[in-house]
Amino acid sequence: MERLIIHQDINISSELMVRIDELISHYPADKRKSALLPVLHEVQDTHDNWLSIELMDKVAEIIQIKPIEVYEVVSFYSMFNQRPIGKYMFEFCQTSCCATRGVEDLMDYTCDKLGVKIGEPTSDGLFEVRGVECLGACGYAPMMQLGDEYKEHLTKEKIDQLIDDCKAGKINLHYQTNG
Amino acid sequence: MGKKILLDKINVPGIKTYEVYRREGGYASVEKALKTMTPDEVVTEVKNSQLKGRGGAGFPMGMKWSFIDKKSGNPRHLVCNADESEPGTFKDRYLMEYIPHLLVEGMITASFALEAHLSYIYIRGEYMWVYKILEKAVKEAYDAGWLGKNILGTGYDLDVHVHVGAGAYICGEETALIESLEGKRGNPRIKPPFPAISGLWANPTVVNNVESIAAVPWIVNNSGAEYAKIGTEKSTGTKLISASGHIKKPGVYEIELGITVYDFINSEEYCGGMIDERPLKALVPGGSSVPILPAHLIYKTANGEDRLMSYESMSDGGFATGSMIGSGGFIVYNDTTCIVRNTWNFARFYHHESCGQCSPCREGTGWLEKVLHRIETGHGREEDIDLLWDIQRKIEGNTICPLGDAAAWPVAAAIRHFREEFEYHVRFPEKITNRDHYVAEPFEKVKHLVSPLSV
Repeated sequence: MERLIIHQDINISSELMVRIDELISHYPADKRKSALLPVLHEVQDTHDNWLSIELMDKVAEIIQIKPIEVYEVVSFYSMFNQRPIGKYMFEFCQTSCCATRGVEDLMDYTCDKLGVKIGEPTSDGLFEVRGVECLGACGYAPMMQLGDEYKEHLTKEKIDQLIDDCKAGKINLHYQTNG
Repeated sequence: MGKKILLDKINVPGIKTYEVYRREGGYASVEKALKTMTPDEVVTEVKNSQLKGRGGAGFPMGMKWSFIDKKSGNPRHLVCNADESEPGTFKDRYLMEYIPHLLVEGMITASFALEAHLSYIYIRGEYMWVYKILEKAVKEAYDAGWLGKNILGTGYDLDVHVHVGAGAYICGEETALIESLEGKRGNPRIKPPFPAISGLWANPTVVNNVESIAAVPWIVNNSGAEYAKIGTEKSTGTKLISASGHIKKPGVYEIELGITVYDFINSEEYCGGMIDERPLKALVPGGSSVPILPAHLIYKTANGEDRLMSYESMSDGGFATGSMIGSGGFIVYNDTTCIVRNTWNFARFYHHESCGQCSPCREGTGWLEKVLHRIETGHGREEDIDLLWDIQRKIEGNTICPLGDAAAWPVAAAIRHFREEFEYHVRFPEKITNRDHYVAEPFEKVKHLVSPLSV
């Protein structure tokens, strides 16, 4: 229950609020709740990739639903985090195709290199390794998700390079369409 | 080269953008449908095409459309299922990432046919960058006047929005997807009522796969009858196949239905043969939930006929000796693959993804995973194989949605076709301590240790 008392700074910026209002406008006026998942993504993305109770309460207030309606959704979907996580979360796909193409060895390698176990952030909070289920990139195995994008056809060398790039701040976690 | 109707323009530079897509003839089906056809005429063309839904179940799309309630006067919705999550399947992602306007065009033409004025594309949360690509494509379509009020001056209004999920395989089930679109947990609904009567916000709703909707423009431009000439008599048209596993050229291929499995795996046009020339051991032809086929049933059916990439040939022999084309998630395994380990992997997936509503699935998938893990790690018992059979049998058909069946079938098929491997694991735990145990010593080399008399 320790996670319940971890403090999170909540900042619903005007820019974020514009985006939230845009998302809510995608649904009929009496169906604001439908915007919950897209709104939670935006809010989580702007809050170090996790959702505290206080932040979920804030989302409930914005969407005008009960807090429990947010909690039960957050706990159902695997992309919402209810505790602080590593900034660079290496989410390895471990389902059949990736497994047959050696993802387990790569996960062991990454954990050893970072000195962590699966699901434990590094002490500086920079990295975390997680095993997830099929990401829909079976033909490009082994692969992982890092932020909004996929890193495919992974090798130990590519993982070394990714870790270096993350440390150097060269990895952008949020995908931008040009224009 | 086989006929291409979805990916024929995929190599045109810039086809991702609105300008190039339009210059190449894009959005012609919207003009044709809105200006020269009635909604019901579009439905008829789709019926005539005999297109089977490309999400996995293979239900005829035109028939699904004809069930939608147009009498009650309630608003109708088209929802595109882009929650592609079936292991082995990555075709819709390819289409949406590289030719997003084809889906947007299909959404408009299909919404017109259903007389829907508010439609959604529900995309899985992990495809976050594809979500952003689609959002951009939809915005471009609005800017160019293909969406919004009074489209092309015809009086037809339509809004299309992209909705993003957040990581739940179950949301690919259409009623769970609708729940999720309503901002709730993805718990499937009891049917009936079917979404065609009571779907999104209790309004009449059609849920179609990305690939199905993307075929609509071609059908409208060229007629359903022309579409039905492609492929085989019972499997019309083309299908996207996402090929993965131990093949030289994994990727997404558009095939004309009816080519042989042998050609698909071995020709240079498609998979290019097996990597390292190792022998083919097994095939999952249509996503993780369909029965796995052993080597002797891949290229030929039990009757000795060529196995074809078609709905009817892939399912020839039922579950005893056949499988399903399903979602087109085509996973090829060579002799280094451990079937027990792979079955455990699938069971873990379904356990993780069970929504927990129905006890046979919630408890059964976890039980399957544990027993399979026990066998795979050398702690299996002789009676475990029968126990697995018993558990899967009690899940199948006893749940609200097909996830239970999807979890049960791979286990049943693995035992049906590869029982000796399970026995080997139970009896020779010292030989399977390394997780790559078949890399050094494929099962064929140790098969003699399991006496056939004991099976």
